[in-house]
Amino acid sequence: MTSDTRAGWRPVTESVGSVRAMKALFLRDLKAAFRQRQDLLNPLLFFIMVVTLFPLGVSPEVSFLQQAGSGILWVAALLSVLLSLDHLFRHDYDDGTLEQLVLQPQPLFLLVLAKVAAHWVLTGLPLVLLAPILGIMVHLDGNSIGVLCLTLLIGTPVLSLIGAIGAALTLGLRSAGVLLSLLIIPLYIPVLIFGTGTVAAAGEGAPVSGYVALMSAFLVLAVTLAPFASAAALRISLSNA
Amino acid sequence: MWQLFHKLGSPKWFFGMANRLMPWLLLGGVALLFAGLIWGLAFAPQDYLQGNSYRIIFIHVPSAFLAQSVYIMMAVAAAVTLVWRMKLADVFVKSVAPVGAVLTFLALFTGAVWGKPTWGTWWIWDARLTSMLILLFLYFGVIALGAAISDEKSSARAVAVLVLVGVVNIPIIKYSVEWWNTLHQPATFKLTEKPSMPAEMWVPLLLSVLGLYLIFGWFACLRMQTEILIRERRTRWVKELVLAGRS
Repeated sequence: MTSDTRAGWRPVTESVGSVRAMKALFLRDLKAAFRQRQDLLNPLLFFIMVVTLFPLGVSPEVSFLQQAGSGILWVAALLSVLLSLDHLFRHDYDDGTLEQLVLQPQPLFLLVLAKVAAHWVLTGLPLVLLAPILGIMVHLDGNSIGVLCLTLLIGTPVLSLIGAIGAALTLGLRSAGVLLSLLIIPLYIPVLIFGTGTVAAAGEGAPVSGYVALMSAFLVLAVTLAPFASAAALRISLSNA
Repeated sequence: MWQLFHKLGSPKWFFGMANRLMPWLLLGGVALLFAGLIWGLAFAPQDYLQGNSYRIIFIHVPSAFLAQSVYIMMAVAAAVTLVWRMKLADVFVKSVAPVGAVLTFLALFTGAVWGKPTWGTWWIWDARLTSMLILLFLYFGVIALGAAISDEKSSARAVAVLVLVGVVNIPIIKYSVEWWNTLHQPATFKLTEKPSMPAEMWVPLLLSVLGLYLIFGWFACLRMQTEILIRERRTRWVKELVLAGRS
């Protein structure tokens, strides 16, 4: 190969910009998920069932539920996101797609971001949409339900982003599920504290803008930093296989 | 400086170095810790409010101090693992993670014992206590992940990523007593200010903190040596060492 042909040589995929690649990957993940509808439904059913456990297991009294409701919903949402994380990279890992993604010319962290975005649309967003109904069932008042949905809307993407790190780290390991929870739950705690803190403040009639700003700061921090950690973890897990 | 860095790449060199260093660390650590503890427990004046119960500070503060700095040291070692792939850095992370977990537990436990007479409760869901509990969970996570991956190289790098992600918790612990209204008192030592207690109290406390640091150094060396022996068991120098020890 002479030097000028080499200068003219471009890998075919380089003509695809990062944004277009992200969009393609995002749509592909959505399409693949909709072909397996039951998998989409399971975390949501889990969410509903966990919420049901608390009135039955602790106390169905209105005063208790009003107080604990936002916490119950948040914990249930957290757990169902945690449960769904295993699927985030698993299928692509099993059929080798993930290796192809790592080899793409586009930066891996952007591709990870696209996959996490798809994951959030498939799990986090439905949870947010379901929350008002369950909120009514645990006797939260209208204002609290609104604030709860807002915190879930900001908080669940953070859960997906942080969770992706754990999912990438535990990829291909035996008993990955339990290990994943072990690694990720400590990192979820701050989000949970501020998420429920916001709703509690709203219940007392206190202003919530400070809380919401802090949660948004979490989201910004997670969007900017977590994809890098996930991408690094993916490379490690793939070199392991 | 760079020479030391290169030498640290050799587990054999570190093994010999640790052998020479360890007696001093142990001796200094035990001396300082004993001095600090005996002075603190027997001779330091009573607190006008808490009486004698405050004396647990001489165990509580050193272990809490160490629990956090061990994590920071692990994070530095994790960065070294990721950037330079230095084996010894990973040996350090794997060896000290359980030690850090024990120290965190000790800090929480002594805190609970201290909390009972002063706050009237063993445990309270306060920012400082909760974030220390999260630190304990993080240590558990690091240990669990390290144990789950059998391949040495990818285990080292995966653990390093996890340790670095967990670093976000350290500033939260540090500043939790200033950001939030909590029961826990603010930091005992600050670099910029004079301690708020009399010298008869803070000098023995400082001694026991330093003593525990040295003992931690000794213990870390010991655990690292063990880990090195296990990892390098197929090399010639380890075989020779073991044979020499047996005869």
